[in-house]
Amino acid sequence: MDAIYYLHPTTQFVLFSLVKIVLAFGITLTFVAYAVLAERKISAWIQDRVGPNRAAPFIVNYLPFIGPALVRLGIFQPMADGLKFLLKEDFTPAYVRKVYFWLAPALTAVPAFMTMAVIPFGSTMGNPNNPMVIADLNVGVLYTFGIVSLGVYGIVLAGYASNSKYPFLGGIRSSAQMISYEIAMGMSVIAVFMVIGDLNLSKVVAYQGGGIHHWMVFKQPLAFFIFLVAAFAETNRLPFDLPESESELVGGYHTEYSSMKFALFFMGEYANMIAASAMMVTLFFGGWTFPWGGGAAASLWGGLAHIACFIAKMLVLMVVFIWVRWMFPRFRYDQLMDLGWRRFIPLAFANILITALVLAALNH
Amino acid sequence: MPGLTDLLFYAFAGMALLFGFLCVANPLSRNPVTSAMFLVLTIVSLAGLYTLLHAFFLAAVQILVYAGAVMVLFLFVIMLLDLKEEERRKIRGITLGLGALSVAVIAGILIRAVVAAEPLAGARPLLDGGTKELGRSLFTLYLLPFEVMSLLLLVGMVGVILLSKKELK
Repeated sequence: MDAIYYLHPTTQFVLFSLVKIVLAFGITLTFVAYAVLAERKISAWIQDRVGPNRAAPFIVNYLPFIGPALVRLGIFQPMADGLKFLLKEDFTPAYVRKVYFWLAPALTAVPAFMTMAVIPFGSTMGNPNNPMVIADLNVGVLYTFGIVSLGVYGIVLAGYASNSKYPFLGGIRSSAQMISYEIAMGMSVIAVFMVIGDLNLSKVVAYQGGGIHHWMVFKQPLAFFIFLVAAFAETNRLPFDLPESESELVGGYHTEYSSMKFALFFMGEYANMIAASAMMVTLFFGGWTFPWGGGAAASLWGGLAHIACFIAKMLVLMVVFIWVRWMFPRFRYDQLMDLGWRRFIPLAFANILITALVLAALNH
Repeated sequence: MPGLTDLLFYAFAGMALLFGFLCVANPLSRNPVTSAMFLVLTIVSLAGLYTLLHAFFLAAVQILVYAGAVMVLFLFVIMLLDLKEEERRKIRGITLGLGALSVAVIAGILIRAVVAAEPLAGARPLLDGGTKELGRSLFTLYLLPFEVMSLLLLVGMVGVILLSKKELK
């Protein structure tokens, strides 16, 4: 391992960055697969069902105790699902606009993964010159918002490309919904950054490093609430899943899609949930820092513990996402717009004003 | 690495010109949605150029506001109006004249701005285009233009509300 430190700094940087990109991408993809399983299992428990408990590669059944337990938990279900999506017929209806029909699923999935680039998912692995973030941007949070705002193109174009009524309505709905809630989301975090005084996400984590009482969720609870609800709308999750609402629009924007193209929309939704959870952990729950505080790790094991801490916090928020989906009924479209424009945006502005007044009072 | 920066500049500048051309005069398609999507790509290429100039805030806001919000609303309107593919029309003399006039005026302003910046006098020290520097110059040096722009936006919003609530008079 030491040989790597004799390389040219640029080569080192490129190597480390490549490793971080591959790891972050692979881990996110695995999480996407198991988030789907978690969704199905948790929904089953909430509705007093058993959920997926059959998928089993044939060797597993011969393992004593562990094998049947894993099967009952559905651990192998994501593999079966993935295989099914790959092997199904990829049907393209004759009346669709072909170029956009092919482009839309990719445009949904790619931005979701790109947001992970600026999120500091750990401190260091012992080498202080190699922070565990792929790109340590000074305008980190603006990058995230920019990329997230591009995600809507996938859904709008899917609705347009399908060239039929229900997907079209889904696409139209999503374009208005995403823009409305982006405003509320952006306004809610302004107050957070006024307190911290820096847009760099690593600085945001460092600010909250002192322990649980420094976490922004306690200093800016209103900002967190608005951000959380806006995140449901931005990821098309259930209280606000109007672009796909299956009881009105069949399947919404992805009605005409099948096999792997449909799976890409599905993966995009879960990757968006993971990105939103990671953002919330970074902004409001102290990022990779332990609840009892402590600075950057000095050893490999300390670094791994920080990453584990980050992932644990993220998983809690993912469960909240899933939990909310199965607890609340869907909003009507006018209620959604009313909530965004007439409740959250004024509330976020009031929060900014109050934060500014308090900060001014504290500085004098 | 100056070589890489130059290469990226030419790549982004070429992309901006190409996509800009395809946005207004696409030989393959007269579909308004395709034009809008090429405009998005032009905006993204411009954001790349801003990044090369170290104007990170401007680049992020370019994507966030223009590509992420304004163009989505463009698409929204195009789809709601259900615009069909535009037919190749005959270009009338007066349209051509007015178009040429407006392009000439904008080109004049741009050339003046480029000459005023003295591009041949050597590169100025890069002002780091972060939020703090931008905020400071907006609220000191450029306060009056900033406030005038805000007023203009406010007038626009009031106008929209007045237009959409016409029947309440």
